[in-house]
Amino acid sequence: MDIIRHKQQVPNVGKVERAASVAAGMLLLGRGLKNKGWTGTAMALLGMEFLRRGITGACHTYQALGINTAGARSGEGASVSVPHGTGIRIDESITINRPRAEVYGFWRNLANVAEFMEYVESVQTLNEGDDRKTRWAVKGPAGKCLEWDAEIVNEKENELIAWRSLDGSEVANAGSVHFKDAPGGRGTEVSLEIMYTPPGGSFGAFAAKLFGDDPAARIRADLKRLKARIEAGVLAGTSGQSAGPKASGDDEKPNHHAYSDAVAKASEESFPASDAPAFTH
Amino acid sequence: MKAVCWYGKKDVRIENVPEPKLLTKRDAIVKTSLTAICGSDLHLFHGLIPSMEPGDILGHEFIGEVVEVGTEVPHLKKGDRVVVPFCIACGNCFFCQNGMTALCDNSNPNAAMAEKLYGSSGAGLFGYSHMFGGYAGGQAQYVRVPFADAGPIKVPDSVSDEQALFLSDIFPTGYMAAENCDIQQGDVIAVWGCGPVGQFAIRSAFLLGAERVIAIDNVDMRLCLAQKGGAEPLNYDLPDFDERLRTATGGRGPDACIDAVGLEAHGTAIDAIYDYAKMAVKLETDRTHALRQAIYACRKGGTVSIPGVYGGLVDKFPLGVAFNKGLTLKMGQTDVHRYLSPLLQLVENGKIDPSFVITHRLALEKGAEGYNIFDNAEGCIKVVLRP
Repeated sequence: MDIIRHKQQVPNVGKVERAASVAAGMLLLGRGLKNKGWTGTAMALLGMEFLRRGITGACHTYQALGINTAGARSGEGASVSVPHGTGIRIDESITINRPRAEVYGFWRNLANVAEFMEYVESVQTLNEGDDRKTRWAVKGPAGKCLEWDAEIVNEKENELIAWRSLDGSEVANAGSVHFKDAPGGRGTEVSLEIMYTPPGGSFGAFAAKLFGDDPAARIRADLKRLKARIEAGVLAGTSGQSAGPKASGDDEKPNHHAYSDAVAKASEESFPASDAPAFTH
Repeated sequence: MKAVCWYGKKDVRIENVPEPKLLTKRDAIVKTSLTAICGSDLHLFHGLIPSMEPGDILGHEFIGEVVEVGTEVPHLKKGDRVVVPFCIACGNCFFCQNGMTALCDNSNPNAAMAEKLYGSSGAGLFGYSHMFGGYAGGQAQYVRVPFADAGPIKVPDSVSDEQALFLSDIFPTGYMAAENCDIQQGDVIAVWGCGPVGQFAIRSAFLLGAERVIAIDNVDMRLCLAQKGGAEPLNYDLPDFDERLRTATGGRGPDACIDAVGLEAHGTAIDAIYDYAKMAVKLETDRTHALRQAIYACRKGGTVSIPGVYGGLVDKFPLGVAFNKGLTLKMGQTDVHRYLSPLLQLVENGKIDPSFVITHRLALEKGAEGYNIFDNAEGCIKVVLRP
């Protein structure tokens, strides 16, 4: 998994804000230069940063946080969901022991995706008769429910499904899934590529990682679920099965002395059970 | 219902637990008539297997009667008597379809956990920690059997519970170990470990055409039982054990060696002491004393077959010896499913009576005592529990 950062800065500060930034920068710089000592230096540096940010219109902090006050983003095509050089990219693949047409058919019925992708609640067709445009409901971080619309931009039967989220999506995303014959009649190799801009930008993604969130692992688990669903029909699981109480009512560990007596007794009662082996030396 | 539950190192208790229910359409519920404690259960008992939780139901060897079936289990119905493989297999993945059911892709819901340790996950197992699926085990009055259309085999009335029970694990395990030796005419096979798996490996080796089998252990009772099966006993505590083994094979060394001991090998030689010491400070997880001996003893170009369970990383492994002698190492969990039918036939035809290993019969309620009895290898070979 990659967290890709922009190498070239794109303006993300609004015009009015830029003017204010320049003004504040000049003020801070002036004050800082007058003030000798550490406070003065700090003010001067901060002032220079505000000046730079106001002049170029590109703020590092805003970019890390995914904030954009510049309105229409410039320098990007209208049909791009995840701008070049930004976002999180996940590449995972899995081999499923079934023919390509069957695996493709299962995925192409997009409602099925909710079955194997853990965080996808539902996928619904937007317009009757056109299954290329869909509405996705997804569980976001902290249990928030996210929704967006997406469309299939490219598809080749039994080979490829490529999609992008439509403009205005809460979480911009795009990706493709390729279906290839696995060698030696082993079924189908499914390769999934997803790019998305997580809430909070790359800083948000980094913070989430610190808390154990691993999108690549989740996608891997999703693909495993797809494989099990297609190959085995049902998902292996144990939720709802029997188990002993977590803390036994008998909280005292068994008394070892009493135990060894019980063991000796039980042993005598049951042994020998089969023909006694002849003890010879 | 009553079940044997794990609560910590050497802490096993009989608890009242809810009866299992069908969870998928490929499930069945089996009412256990007989169940056993396995040598690998002792690793759980000794607290050596991670990811156990208090309350987990133990046990992976069981036979019983079907009391409920899911809608997609066509070949089983209520009342059928079945024995169930200890590894759970979906029947449809690449591995299942190629006979490697112990490596099933789809039966471990906690595959990610096993992958952290092992890179890839094999099949889920009954009653053997959450890393292997967290399935409730068979030392209970009722057991939920997943993928019941791919696992259990029906047992004819002519075969008793005690004769069929060991098809679940130890008989196929011993048989696969012997089969992995690729036994040729005239071969001499040496078996380290005369516990139940070793006992079955010995008899299987003969069934597969071995000329002689040398049985290695230090417990008299186990060596005697091995001898009853036609093997030549050799006590590894005797001085000059290596020379004795070499002499017994005309100076060649055994053609194939079976390590039916696994990660808790005993021994008093310097490398064994080293293993104990390293394990105590958690620098090593497995003791490979028996495996080292097998590698040293095996003849050039021979095979070392390893049914004994290993879990972690080992130290001082004689890879140079294995390389220079051109040894083949074959190992792994048992692909029980492909052995069920042929081995059941051997039992039906009277070629082998697997119940010979049983030394202790206890009620399920005495399961905790059963673990303690089995832990003391001196007096015991196999404990079966009747619910």
